[in-house]
Amino acid sequence: MATLALHQFQALHVGPLDLTVGAGECVCIRGASGSGKSLLLRAIADLDPHQGEAWLDGRRCSAMPAPSWRRQVALLAAEAQWWSDTIGAHFSTGCKPVWLDRLGLPPTALDWEAARCSTGERQRLALLRTLMQGPAALLLDEPTGNLDEDSTARVESLLDDYRRSTGAALLWISHDPRQASRVAQRCFLLVDGRLTAECTTTAEPARS
Amino acid sequence: MHDHSGASPILITLSVFDLALAAVLILALAVLSLRLQLGIERRLLVSAMRTTMQLLLIGLVLKLLFDNAHFLWVAIMAAIMITAAGHEVMARQKRRFAGGWGFGLGTLSMFVSSFTVTVLALVLVIGSTPWYAPQYAIPLLGMVLGNTMNGIALGLDRLTQEASTRRAVLETRLALGQDWNEAIADSRREAIRVGMIPIINAMAAAGIVSLPGMMTGQILAGTPPVDAVKYQILVMFLIAGGTGFGTVVAVSLGARRLFDERQRLRLDRLRAATD
Repeated sequence: MATLALHQFQALHVGPLDLTVGAGECVCIRGASGSGKSLLLRAIADLDPHQGEAWLDGRRCSAMPAPSWRRQVALLAAEAQWWSDTIGAHFSTGCKPVWLDRLGLPPTALDWEAARCSTGERQRLALLRTLMQGPAALLLDEPTGNLDEDSTARVESLLDDYRRSTGAALLWISHDPRQASRVAQRCFLLVDGRLTAECTTTAEPARS
Repeated sequence: MHDHSGASPILITLSVFDLALAAVLILALAVLSLRLQLGIERRLLVSAMRTTMQLLLIGLVLKLLFDNAHFLWVAIMAAIMITAAGHEVMARQKRRFAGGWGFGLGTLSMFVSSFTVTVLALVLVIGSTPWYAPQYAIPLLGMVLGNTMNGIALGLDRLTQEASTRRAVLETRLALGQDWNEAIADSRREAIRVGMIPIINAMAAAGIVSLPGMMTGQILAGTPPVDAVKYQILVMFLIAGGTGFGTVVAVSLGARRLFDERQRLRLDRLRAATD
């Protein structure tokens, strides 16, 4: 259970903005290309210099060692990156077989060569790699950007379960307004570095 | 070819005319470059001019230095050499560290490695009196420095290139909670290897494929081959030591500098070379 809060948060042309994503809540951000959505997520993960402060449950980002902040406030980039030969080498603690199954991946997926995986396979495996760290907040940069309808539904459902069972805070960037209304309790539009409330959907928050 | 296998070595002094004959080679190469539109004739000629002027100048300086073997003069000479090497390292980087780091990184690493290695060799191995005797100190330092400079330039260039091209991978590793040291480890290892491989290859090929320049020069100047070879072996080891440790220091410092206090990858600390 963790609340992610931004106070007067500013990175390059984005912000300053205030935003709170409650424990077990999913907030969606949409916006044109170049509006700074990815930039915002990168700054929240403290990968880019920024002004203002991000808080996780009352703990300041700047007061925590950067690696432990990033383990708890995990950024999932739009393009999945792999550096070792096999997929499994990137999972230090293995991967829950049930999660592989839920994303339509066989248990042998960990033996695959990273270079031979399709873009969609890599994206789903990258999500699992991040989830295996058990983050308290997730910064998702178009997590279904390269996926077909079936895989998209699988990812949405797994993330929904993760949010409900762990009470994680989700900040989700999406291009698709229908996806936003499916997965998020609140949606914002990022224009000129400002967040405008766009919709409040009926998707229920996690049990409190 | 002259036969120099006789017992008493003779030093054949070269005349200006001899050198001019050799310079014809360079001119011919320049003409060829012009014909093939390689576009390097200017640089070739300028470099040939530079080598002539610089070496003649250093010959005079060394002569002066040898006649006045004072520690201060040797130290000044060494300082000039290392500063020039530092500039050369910086000039060879496609992406160099901004600010004082561009010059400081290579220079500091060379100071740490080349100086230590040369002084150790002078004091422990050669044992000349005084230990800073310029006949030994300056040529040794020059050879160690020249090779260390190559290693450091190659290593740093590979490091910054890796960081730039593999940025997404490095940031993914950071985003997964790895610390900077772990994230950059592969790139750093690769960069250090790249810096050290030329000297390792040179040692492996020495005597079979190539006759090292120092030894060849000594033999041409009349030193008995076995003595020249012994010095060459010493120099090879010193160069390997200087290059290896220098590259490790430079690449490690450079890798640290790529990340800030919040362990963010800071490619904005690099500048593309302007030329």
